[in-house]
This record gives sequence, structure tokens and C-alpha cells, in this order.
Amino acid sequence: MSIQRSRTIGPTGPKLGWILLAILLQSSPAALGQSEGISPQLQAAESARIAAIHAVMPATICIFSPSDDSGGGSGVIISADGYAITNFHVTAPSGNYLRCGLSDGRLYDAVIVGIDPTGDVALIKLFGRTDFPTAAWSNSDLVRAGDPCFAVGNPFALATDFHSSVTCGIVSGVHRYQEPSGTLIEYTDCIQTDASVNPGNSGGPLFNAAGEIIGINGRCSFEKRGRVNVGVAYAISSNQVQRFLGHLQSGRVVDHATAGFTVSSRADGSVVVTNILRTSDAFRRGVRDGDSIIALDRRPVESANSFKNILGTVPQGWRVPLSVVRDQTRREIMIRLEGVHAREELLQLVQSGEFEAKPEPPSRPPGGQQKKIPSSPDAPEKKTPGGDPASHPVDMPAEVAAQFESRRGYANYAFNRQRRQEILQRMQTFYQIPEATSAQWHVTAQHSQIGPVTISLSQNDAKAVFASGRVETFTATVQKTSSPTKDPTGSELLSALFLTKRLLTAGHEPFGDLYYLGRSPWPGQDELLDVLVGTFETYEAHFYLDPNSSEIRALEVFPDIEVDPFELIFENPVPTPLGTLPTRLRLRASDRDVGTIDSIEWTSISPQEDRS
Amino acid sequence: MTSLRTRHLIHSGRAWMALFVCWFSATVTYAIDSPPAASLAFQVDRTQPKLVKIFGAGRGGLEAYQSGILVSADGHVLTVWSYVLDPATVSVVLNDGRRLDGKLVGMDPELEIAILKIDATELEFFELKNMVDVKPGDRVMAFSNLYAIASGNEFNSVMQGRVAAVASLAARRGTFETPYRGRVFVLDAVTNNAGAAGGALTNRRGELLGILGKELRDSSNDVWLNYALPVDIVSLSVARILSGKPHDTGSPAAQPVEPVTPQMLGLILVPRVLPSTPPYLETVLDESPAAKAGLRSDDLIIMVGGMSVASRESLIESLAKYDRVDSIQLTILRREGARQDLHEVTLRVR
Repeated sequence: MSIQRSRTIGPTGPKLGWILLAILLQSSPAALGQSEGISPQLQAAESARIAAIHAVMPATICIFSPSDDSGGGSGVIISADGYAITNFHVTAPSGNYLRCGLSDGRLYDAVIVGIDPTGDVALIKLFGRTDFPTAAWSNSDLVRAGDPCFAVGNPFALATDFHSSVTCGIVSGVHRYQEPSGTLIEYTDCIQTDASVNPGNSGGPLFNAAGEIIGINGRCSFEKRGRVNVGVAYAISSNQVQRFLGHLQSGRVVDHATAGFTVSSRADGSVVVTNILRTSDAFRRGVRDGDSIIALDRRPVESANSFKNILGTVPQGWRVPLSVVRDQTRREIMIRLEGVHAREELLQLVQSGEFEAKPEPPSRPPGGQQKKIPSSPDAPEKKTPGGDPASHPVDMPAEVAAQFESRRGYANYAFNRQRRQEILQRMQTFYQIPEATSAQWHVTAQHSQIGPVTISLSQNDAKAVFASGRVETFTATVQKTSSPTKDPTGSELLSALFLTKRLLTAGHEPFGDLYYLGRSPWPGQDELLDVLVGTFETYEAHFYLDPNSSEIRALEVFPDIEVDPFELIFENPVPTPLGTLPTRLRLRASDRDVGTIDSIEWTSISPQEDRS
Repeated sequence: MTSLRTRHLIHSGRAWMALFVCWFSATVTYAIDSPPAASLAFQVDRTQPKLVKIFGAGRGGLEAYQSGILVSADGHVLTVWSYVLDPATVSVVLNDGRRLDGKLVGMDPELEIAILKIDATELEFFELKNMVDVKPGDRVMAFSNLYAIASGNEFNSVMQGRVAAVASLAARRGTFETPYRGRVFVLDAVTNNAGAAGGALTNRRGELLGILGKELRDSSNDVWLNYALPVDIVSLSVARILSGKPHDTGSPAAQPVEPVTPQMLGLILVPRVLPSTPPYLETVLDESPAAKAGLRSDDLIIMVGGMSVASRESLIESLAKYDRVDSIQLTILRREGARQDLHEVTLRVR
């Protein structure tokens, strides 16, 4: 809803927030205490509720478009340095520069950081303070229907003084699936509430009674009563937002995932695999049409909707456990989730601005017996296409412009560059690779299958000489053979070591194309690791790094598309002449351990030279 | 919320007063039945097995779903009487995801409620009490499958609110088009959305206070009413339906003084060639109420006041329930080229 129009709704509008606050204050413990027979527990609960509301009001923001005619919304600050969450459909019409009002009465500049168009989430960063008030996350899986909650935001753009409005309600339902409205935005596993959410509330937080974020309000069921709240609003779950946060911080246009197959519910209540893609990871892991799905990502699958719910909370590229049953035998599989959109398709959808459902005409055509598809409270009046900086008429202030860099595939490439540089710096601190050693490395080690091996790694190739006299070579610029071998002694291993060396010396010379993907878990572990993606010639390497030290924990090398990667797990780093490097590597391919390399010694002096 | 509340104030002086009452009595009510918040979620969980989702017939763009509640352990389902129940059997989905056929046992045309029977036993159910103590300001919960948000074993939606007024439903003609003129609980939350009718209104201990009524719009000012039919009134009607006694032909207030005929509205129907001739319009008389409402020849009338009319005869019968001073809501299907559009018009004789 445009601010201009909404202002006409009521001249007394800006006072609403104060009226609500006044009502809350009237029912403060002092006032309650005067009534006889009010239990101390009730007084304590009321005090806690009031305290919770007061505590989080400063962290909620009113978002305005600098051009002042393409909409506005709400948001919530999640870090003291100014990162804030809102809806993608709030930021899309405004372009890359936003203005945010805080309850201190000041207006702060902000820049877009990352967007998740499918999940309707955007990460922005505010400028001007290092001590922004913040709100804390809660675990949305613990939320139950009937729990008290409250929404804070800027309905009808009432908050001309930037004091957000608060509306209280209860959780009406959890794990709701709301199918896409329009072409792109899909709400999965969301929280339904009867707290009033109206045009302008979009992107604002839904809090539990303790004032912790349980969701981001973004969608409502509207219908014949017009575009005002009818007691049915949907919030993106806090757990989903948190899982995407690492990816959003990469400055990318982030995608959701597909399992590589569709599911359907059978009459007996089971959920079965249908239409599996033969090129998918799930197919390579042995999943087949007709397999019955029991669980995904350790959550039970009870219906097609619940499968879609779970899938929607996982970012593209994560590997998650899948439990299937075939012939009464249960199998536990790790599957890699691929992007739900083709890369170009997603970017085009974002750029077209055609991602929202158009408002329905007053008299709808027949045949609409399906569910009512809810829509974003403030989307339909948008007119500016999103994501295209050229269409934006307002100039960015210098401070914002310095933190913005346009590049295809990114919401803001400046943040990817920044994250990548931070990681490479931390990596240099951890590994302490001397600059002079970057040209040629030599490795002597004990291979679990074929004994001693010496490996030479240089700028453009790698060579392994085994005790048997066998020699393996790898040259990055030479086309690969058509069928990768997954041979733990062959070129797969050499390519992985070659690419590792390239990353470790990237501080001294460029890796090639290298970007920060975000945060993903290594299979079987809960901890989220930083992921750098490097492409060199036809190879793509995913480096999984310790979130604090940026030590390489693991590496996946994809020799080609639609094949399994070769995996290296790095263990026992010790100081060596080349820096702090691992003494043991575990090798994996296609879910199997395929060997280890132990007693690794790293040196810049060739063993041959040494002998001579 | 504010604007919605304002609308309520306009349409009923009583509700207007009641809202003030509710404002000031709120703290007191809160103090009397104030279970810890955690137990509200507990009550919500406990109530879910007593609720059902009903899927039946849709009409054009109208919803093919509504809500219902279990009123016996042996599968008696209470819901509202509407076009959704037009088919011989409808689908009743239990909280555990079981999908069963529901057959109509009987209905009450005045309260517009119906009892369905499903083939199941040992179900949890709501007790239909003959007395209920509900005052303005009481905190309530409304359970329903509004907008068919839930399917299968997914939970029905729950909303909280307060009773804004206990009042007779529009004791004058020409506002809310319903044959029922008795006592209802007016609610301060938007409980009566599409598909919510037949849902449960409970107190915060999960005891049934009423069932959510059909969507009602005041045709004079476009305000939608949020209300529930009190359980004591419903319970008498249910007893009558289950005893198989024919329904009392209604209170005198519901009987029109001058029943409406198609001619009074300016509607000329196609000739009756079969008992089931559909109610197509042959012509619409110039300057008539129907012409002013935009009706045209070849329009097909499919509903009168939200109840389906399958034939010419049932249209005449339905219109006869209205008085000439009443506003009548007609739903028509109009073919234009290859597409068919659904239109709603409101007209009256006067």
C-alpha cells in the first residue's frame, strides 16, 4: 500500500501507536494492583508482557522507500551493527537503498544485503550506529497454537514519528503451508496468527510472550472484505529465516531447494516419491519412484504439505537426511538439495517484478473452488519492478553507495567481496602460509591403499608418484575424461589437493572465480560452516570452513555437473614449513569412505632435489 | 483493527455499548478465568479432536468447504446448513486425518444448522449444554477451518476474542438476510470468514459456548457480522433434528407478510418444461428491480440468499420466504462468450 494513499485512511493515524501504548500502560501492574483478587502470577505475567513489549519496540523499524511513492513496510534489527530482516516484497519496489525509522525518532539510511525471493525475506544493513537495539531469535519449532504473541510494525504507514504499533493475538496455527501467490513467493512451514497484520506490517516481527522473534509477518488471507486484516496473518518462521541468514549475508540472490522429485499422498496416508529426475542427487543416492517417505531433515513427513513445509525451510545446496521405506525396509540417505529455480529463471522472475499475485477483481471468475490463496498485505499496489537499480530514481548517499555493488546474481556484491576478504584474512592468520612458498609444494604421505606417495603441486598441474612406480598426473587446463572415476588415488585426489593449495595461497595470488556461498552444514553435523565456492577451469570446489578460524574442515570437488563430488575431510593440522596444514585427510565419494592419507608432510623443497 | 471496530460500532448501537462494557470489564474477566498462557495451548490441543473439516459442493467461485464439530462419540457432526451440503454425501475429515463420508441426518431451516452422520465410534465430542452463561467481555476462542487453511490431519485454526454483545440478530428486516432472528453472541474478532461457519466457539477452558454462524453481511452498509449461535438454542434444535420430529414451520416473525414472487422483481423465467427446468431468465422487465440490479435475459440464478436453487420451482419457493420489504441476494451465472462469470446482486421489491 502506498504511503500517500494510506495516509488518507485517517488523519488521527499517527496517534494509534500511542493509544495502544496508553492502553497497555493503563493495565500496568500498578493499576491492576489496586483491584482486589488479582493473583500475583497474573500481575507477574502482565508485567512480563509489558516489559517484553517495551524491550523490543526499539529494535523494530519502519521501512520507507526514499522515493516515497513505492511503498513501505516494517523490519527488525538482529545485530548491533545494523543488520535487519524484512520481506523481499517490501524491499523489491524500493531498489537497493532504503530509509529506516527507529523509535529514537531518527531516520537511518540502509542498503540491501541479500534477498531470498522465494521465501520473501530480505536482509538489509542500517548505517549510522554500532549500537543498534536488537531483538533475539526464538526456536519457532517450539511454538504451539494458542500461544500468546504480538506483532510490531507500521500498519497503514501510521508511524510518521517512527513509533511502531503493537497488536496482540494468539498463534492460530503452526506448520502452515501456503502455496505460491503469483509465480515466486511461497510460504512454507509458516506461523498463522490472529494478531492484526495490515498493509505496512509486512516484514515486521512476530514475537512470543517473552519478546523473542518467532516469525516475520508477511502475508494475510484477504478476501471480499477488502485489504484489511480478517484475523488471518502468516509469519515466516524464525527457524527458516535463521537457516537462510548465512546465505543472505553473502549478498546473493538466494534460492530455495527441490529434492529432485515430487511427492503425492496415497489413500493409506503414505507419502510417496513421484517423477524423480534421473539427473538428481536423490536418484544417484538410490531414491526411486514409489518409495515411501518417512522423514526429511529429521522431521516426520505426514502429508504432501508437510514434505513441502520441511523442504521450504532448507536453502539450496544443503545436504539433509531423508528416510524412505521400500519393501518394508527403511533406509537413511543424505540427499543434496538442488535449486528450485534455474539460476537465470530466478533472476528474471525477480527482475520482472511479476512475482506477486494481482489483486482479485471484485467478481471472481467461476471455477475457483480451491483454497483462497493469501497475498502479501501491501504488494498489489506496487508498480515499480524490483531488483533493477537503473529504474531507481533516487541517488544513494555516498555512505550507502560505498557499500553497494551491482552484479548479476547478487543483491549486493559488495557484501560478498567483504565476506570473502574477511575469510581469506582469517585463513591467512590460521594457516600462516609464507608468501615465498606459493609456487611449488611437495607432499609426502602414506596412502591407505597403496602405501607411500609423493605429490607435487604447482601452478597449473599436479603429479603423484607412488612407491610402485605408478605416476598420476593432473592438468587443470586439459579436458577431463568423460566418466569420472572416483579413484582415490587418481586425478580426483590430485585435483582436490591442487584446488586446496590454490585457495590456501589465494591471499597471494588470485584463486580464479571465488565467491562466498553462505553457511551450510557438513553432512551429519548441526554446526553451520562458512562455504567458499571456487571455480577453476571446469572444476567447482566447495570449501567448508570453520566459522571462527576459517580453517578448512572439508572440501567437495565437482568435476562436472550432475555427478557426485569427490570429498576431502581435513584433520590434525600442525605447523609445517608451509604453514599450519593437516597431517591426515579422509577421502569420500558417493557416500562411502574411499581411503585416507596419513602422516602427511608438507614442504616447498622437492624430495628429488633433496636427494641430489 | 481500528477501522473494523469502527464499522461494528456503526451497525449496531448495542454492540457499541457492549464494546465499552468489554473494555472496562476486561481486567476483571481476565482475573476470573486466567489460566496460565501455557495451558491455553494445552486447551487448544485438547479441543482439536472434536473439530472436523467438511468438504462438499462449491458453486462457481464459492467455497466448497466449511467447518463442523462432533456432538456424539458415534459420529454425529453439527454444522451449518448451506449449499456445501448439497451432494448426497460430503467428505468429513477428522483431526487424525481420516476422511469419511458424511450423510445428512436432518436440518433446521430457521437456525440453518444441520446434523451429519459419519461411520465412526469412540470419538471425542463437545457436550451440547442446555444452559450457557455468556456475558459481554467474556474471553472466548473460535475454532474453524476458515479459508480451508488446514487439510488432512492439520490442526484447525484458532482465534481469540471477546464477546462484544449478547443480542438478537437484527430485529429488523432488510439488514442481515437470515431466517433466524434470535439471540447471538456478537464477537470482537473476525471469526466468521469463508469456511468458518460450523466451527466452535469455546471459553478458555474449552467448553462449547456456541457455533460460528454463516457469513452475514448487512446489505445496507456492507458490514460483516462476527457472531456465534448460542449452544443452548442450538442444542434444542439438535434434539429436535435427532428425534426426527418435523421442524416447526418457524416463528411468525420469519413469515413474510407479502411473499415475493419472480414477477414482483421483474423476472420472467423460462417456461417450465420439466420438473427440473433450471431457473434461466427469459426476460427482465424494463425499469423493474431486477433490471436496475443489472440482471439480463439468459442469466442463470443459482442461489437465493446463499442457498442453492436447482430448479425453477425451488427458486419460486425460495423467493416466497422473503417479504417485499426484504433485500434479496441473488447469485447468478452469466455466460459471456466462452467464459462464465459469477455475479452477486442484491435487490428488493419496494
